[in-house]
Amino acid sequence: MQGKAKKLTFLSLAAAVALILSYVEVLLPPIVTAVPGIKIGLPNIVIIFLLYRFGVKDAAAVSAVRLAAVTLLFGNPVMLIYSIAGAALSLALMALCKKCGLFSAVGVSIVGGVSHNLGQILVAMLLLETAEIGYYMIVLAVSGTVAGIFIGLAGMAVLKAMKNVRF
Amino acid sequence: MGTNDRKKIRNDIILAVVLLAVAAAAMLFWHFGKVEGDFAVVLIDGVETARYALDTDTEVVIHTDNAGENTLVIAGGKAYVGAANCPDLVCAGHRAISRVGETIVCLPHKLVIKITAASDAGGVDMAA
Ligand SMILES: [Zn+2]
Repeated sequence: MQGKAKKLTFLSLAAAVALILSYVEVLLPPIVTAVPGIKIGLPNIVIIFLLYRFGVKDAAAVSAVRLAAVTLLFGNPVMLIYSIAGAALSLALMALCKKCGLFSAVGVSIVGGVSHNLGQILVAMLLLETAEIGYYMIVLAVSGTVAGIFIGLAGMAVLKAMKNVRF
Repeated sequence: MGTNDRKKIRNDIILAVVLLAVAAAAMLFWHFGKVEGDFAVVLIDGVETARYALDTDTEVVIHTDNAGENTLVIAGGKAYVGAANCPDLVCAGHRAISRVGETIVCLPHKLVIKITAASDAGGVDMAA
């Protein structure tokens, strides 16, 4: 039971860190304003760490808590559906990629970054009923790949630093 | 570092290169396949509400749900959003568009402004 409480405490802490990273990301000046949705994906550092150390279920739970908190705090309910689509597709594909064992955390993170953007664009295409905006995906694939590399390296560093911490 | 790790890193690099190459090819394809358009079409929630000829300079305020306002400016054959009251202002930061298929999207207002050719009668955008 003590182990369980410790784990829950740690996951709450992880959700708080992910939330802070979301806030930091909002504060950063946009890199390219021409395309909606270009983000570095800082909270994904936490999600990748959780995916490797705790598994997909706990990563999904923390991701959901973060999304709910972000919407409540700096929220825009219209944007929540985009965030959910991006986060869900991203986590699902990252979990698959980790499971197949072909990539390191960096590759997993690249898949996460690109599919996060893909999920948001797909929802936008559905909601706006406009297939043309699919061309945004070209730019978002590049930004997702580049950001994914850095987020993956950061996630690897966190995993290494926390290697000896037991939960 | 084990051979397994090295193999994974090699796969990471292949993944990144393939993604960037596909994006670059798509971008070239997109860039060279474009022609100058004739109309800026306004779609709210996927429904066309207005269209403006690109050869006539104008400035109109588009009203969307929940008191949303985006000012569409057409000047010099190009269309752009001059001002908006959406939270992210991505639409207002978008460069001017003039070629067929180019769009400016305002996600918070469910608004799309897209360029079409004169031959496109409109209302068939999903089939495009
Ligand atoms: Zn806007």
